[in-house]
Amino acid sequence: MSNNNTVEVKELTKKFGGFTAVDRVTFQVKKGEIFGFLGANGAGKTTTIRMLCGLLLPTAGWASVGGFDVFTQQEQIKQHIGYMSQRFSLYEDLTVRENIEFYGGIYGLSRKEIKQKSEELLDYLNLSDRSDTLTAELPLGLKQRMALSTALLHEPEIIFLDEPTSGVDPESRRQFWLLIYELAAQGKTVFVTTHFMDEAEYCQRISIMQNGRIIELDAPQKLKEKYQASSMQEVFLKSIGEKPK
Amino acid sequence: MNEKPLIVENIEKSFGSVQALRGVSLELERGQIYGLIGPDGAGKTTLMRIIVTLLNQDSGKILFQGKDAQKQTAFVRKNIGYMPQRFSLYPDLTVEENLHFFSDLFGVATQVQAQRIERLYQFSRLEPFKDRRAEALSGGMKQKLALSCMLMHEPSVMVMDEPTYGVDPVSRAELWDILKELAGQGKSILVSTAYMDEALLCDRIALIFKGQLLASGTPQELRRTITHALYLIKTQKAHYVFQELRRHFPETDCHLFGEGVHLLDRQNTGLSKIRQMLEQNKLPFESVQQIEPGIEDVFLDLIHRREVEP
Amino acid sequence: MTRTFMSIVKKEFLHIVRDYQTLIIIFIMPVIMLILFGYAITLEMRQIEIAVVDRSRIPQSRMLINHLQSSDFFNIQAYDIPEQQFESYLQQRKVRCIMVIPADFARSLKQERFTPIQLLIDASDPNAANFIQSYLQKIIALFNTENNPQFKFPFEIIPRFMFNPDLKSDYFFVPGLIAVIILLISALLTSIAIAREKERGTFEQILVSPVRASQIILGKVIPYIVLGFLDSTIILVIGHYWFQVPVEGSVLLLLLTLILYLLTGLSFGLFVSTITDSQRTAMLIALLMTILPTILLSGFIFPVPSMPFLFQYVSKIIPATHFLKIIRGILLKGNSLLELKVQIGYLIGLAAFMIVLSIKKFKTSLE
Repeated sequence: MSNNNTVEVKELTKKFGGFTAVDRVTFQVKKGEIFGFLGANGAGKTTTIRMLCGLLLPTAGWASVGGFDVFTQQEQIKQHIGYMSQRFSLYEDLTVRENIEFYGGIYGLSRKEIKQKSEELLDYLNLSDRSDTLTAELPLGLKQRMALSTALLHEPEIIFLDEPTSGVDPESRRQFWLLIYELAAQGKTVFVTTHFMDEAEYCQRISIMQNGRIIELDAPQKLKEKYQASSMQEVFLKSIGEKPK
Repeated sequence: MNEKPLIVENIEKSFGSVQALRGVSLELERGQIYGLIGPDGAGKTTLMRIIVTLLNQDSGKILFQGKDAQKQTAFVRKNIGYMPQRFSLYPDLTVEENLHFFSDLFGVATQVQAQRIERLYQFSRLEPFKDRRAEALSGGMKQKLALSCMLMHEPSVMVMDEPTYGVDPVSRAELWDILKELAGQGKSILVSTAYMDEALLCDRIALIFKGQLLASGTPQELRRTITHALYLIKTQKAHYVFQELRRHFPETDCHLFGEGVHLLDRQNTGLSKIRQMLEQNKLPFESVQQIEPGIEDVFLDLIHRREVEP
Repeated sequence: MTRTFMSIVKKEFLHIVRDYQTLIIIFIMPVIMLILFGYAITLEMRQIEIAVVDRSRIPQSRMLINHLQSSDFFNIQAYDIPEQQFESYLQQRKVRCIMVIPADFARSLKQERFTPIQLLIDASDPNAANFIQSYLQKIIALFNTENNPQFKFPFEIIPRFMFNPDLKSDYFFVPGLIAVIILLISALLTSIAIAREKERGTFEQILVSPVRASQIILGKVIPYIVLGFLDSTIILVIGHYWFQVPVEGSVLLLLLTLILYLLTGLSFGLFVSTITDSQRTAMLIALLMTILPTILLSGFIFPVPSMPFLFQYVSKIIPATHFLKIIRGILLKGNSLLELKVQIGYLIGLAAFMIVLSIKKFKTSLE
């Protein structure tokens, strides 16, 4: 790939039986960009992300992630992406250290790497003295940052975050976004889906999905200008054809 | 009925060594939407469960329409509508079957049921889907059905635990319209949410964090608790500007937002000096302007104050 | 890639160890079941309540009654009840059978002619009725040989019970129990372990990593193989040293077939986990599809040849049917590999089928 797009999607389509979940979606994401996905439940956000993560095979179209084809190179894609879901995906009955070691392990890091990475991570999360507590006992905000960090153990170039900040307090949310910005500054590409409309503003570009299609795609600022809206909530409602109050 | 629909006095509750509620008090007026705003784990659900008599408090008192809720659980349950966080509709029953079941549960007469269902369909717009199974509804429709089920026995007080959680923005707006309408009819509503932007839709709010109310009042009153000027520094590089600003201002005064950085000017630096400082340090920004604080600013400010004074 | 695999195994072990309630159940359950089967549930009958009506009252009849009394099988509850009360005695379950010695008992014994002794048996439980009849016949045969040594039947069956000469039902149950418990651990626990990850959302996280399906499966399965082995050892040791179940054949062969049997259970567990997302459904399906057929149709309790034809065919596709023959053969008969080749062949076939099916289904279920 000669250009600096890490993700390229062209006419990507996914059908489940007669139902078209994702309908000819096209977009590109640049290296180091924070790219947001907005949309109602069932609009096709999760299906799109799942195809890009190599979890689902597209029905038609073409897409490449980190230079790898989503049809044929799912294994390589998985090696180069990080994924964190809403539910944080940590094992609550394992300790902090055991979780880190497990996720390091499944990405095939060497023992030495895992050890070194765990120390770095524990230090970064201020958890060095609590590395042997069960994950269940951590506060939500910390769990969230820990989930993100474990998803980054294998130093992926592209990171997918599925509704990452639901339910955490505003302070923790800010710390989380700071982390995201740092990652982007290091040249990592970040995909985010979110329900929080104000959170969409943290993204450099956002796409609004409806019925499997992308109906808007631009910088939050530009979208607000286009719809003469004061908030992303308003942009969203206007763009999908509802009158805001 | 001159008594207030709901008075919560100094409720404390612990689970083992975890203090879930550390002395929470609030009063709900007739026809009021009272918002309980706070993150997960703040104690919202516990408080609501105590109010609807599903849990017993360790200490403190709840007066429901002037009666002690702990002693008159049957009265409370008959007159209160409770919508739990993940409302348990029966997924294998249709919309109408769910409505009938929940009204039977509260002993609503059959003739009355038909009338009420008719009325509830009008505002929920669920009529076209009345024969659809609940599991096949969208998230927003499920919440509207849950709300309708709760309204079948016409409770005068409603307690709703995060009814808009995980619901898309369009359905959220619709749900709030319905709540406004109900309050207009004289119903009293206690509603919790983790979405800060919903605070402005309430008549009165309480910010709850780690089992304590940080503050309560009308949204306007709470915004006025921020007495210093608040500036928005609009920038595309919010992250970078934020990191830099923290070197010049106290960390607790700078907050990262999507469109830029909010700076609480506790030291009365003034707009021109701030702009000067940004230019001197060659920080990229589009504009600096004074703005009205939002509920999120208030929340962040209160969290920090709480950390300063233990 | 072995590291990937090892970290899954390690994590799975941690889950097992952390969930100590389940762990206790896993190790206590076989012991409880052994005690239950070993003591409470036996197919033998002891202390059968009997009423005796002696109308001859001669030394010989008293001797016969003595025989009854001294045997562990019978417990005489009533003597010489009037005939009109026979039915009510049986009806009210005061006794389970009534033996009537006729008045001409002495005469007919002397004349060495055929002497009928009447026996009334409560046959509402036909199995028990059969037992009672055969026990009584045994006692009477004994009496006959002692009293009339000169008397000869034209021919006589002299049974010799092989492999379990005392007809101890422990011998029968202990191997069967191993079959049931291994299935419980392998099918039930594996299916729950995967369904649990689906419920919690951690499964998705593993799937987005470059881990292969085969690594996930193997990593999940190995801890349960170990558990199954440990449990089987516990049962074998208790069975051997407490219930004196013999181990005639090769322990090595037993362990090898044990693995084969474990594999069928584990792959069935995997299969179940692919068709459900909830722990509860997984548990129900696994219980229904494994434990019930294993207990009822494999010959664990009820012998296969006495089943209706259709069920005899069904029992052929139940792995436990073949494993039971193998384990009983090795423990009680000292069978060798050669003698068990048919059963082992069946087991290999079933294991291979289940493994292929579950891995195929497991892969497509990720879609």
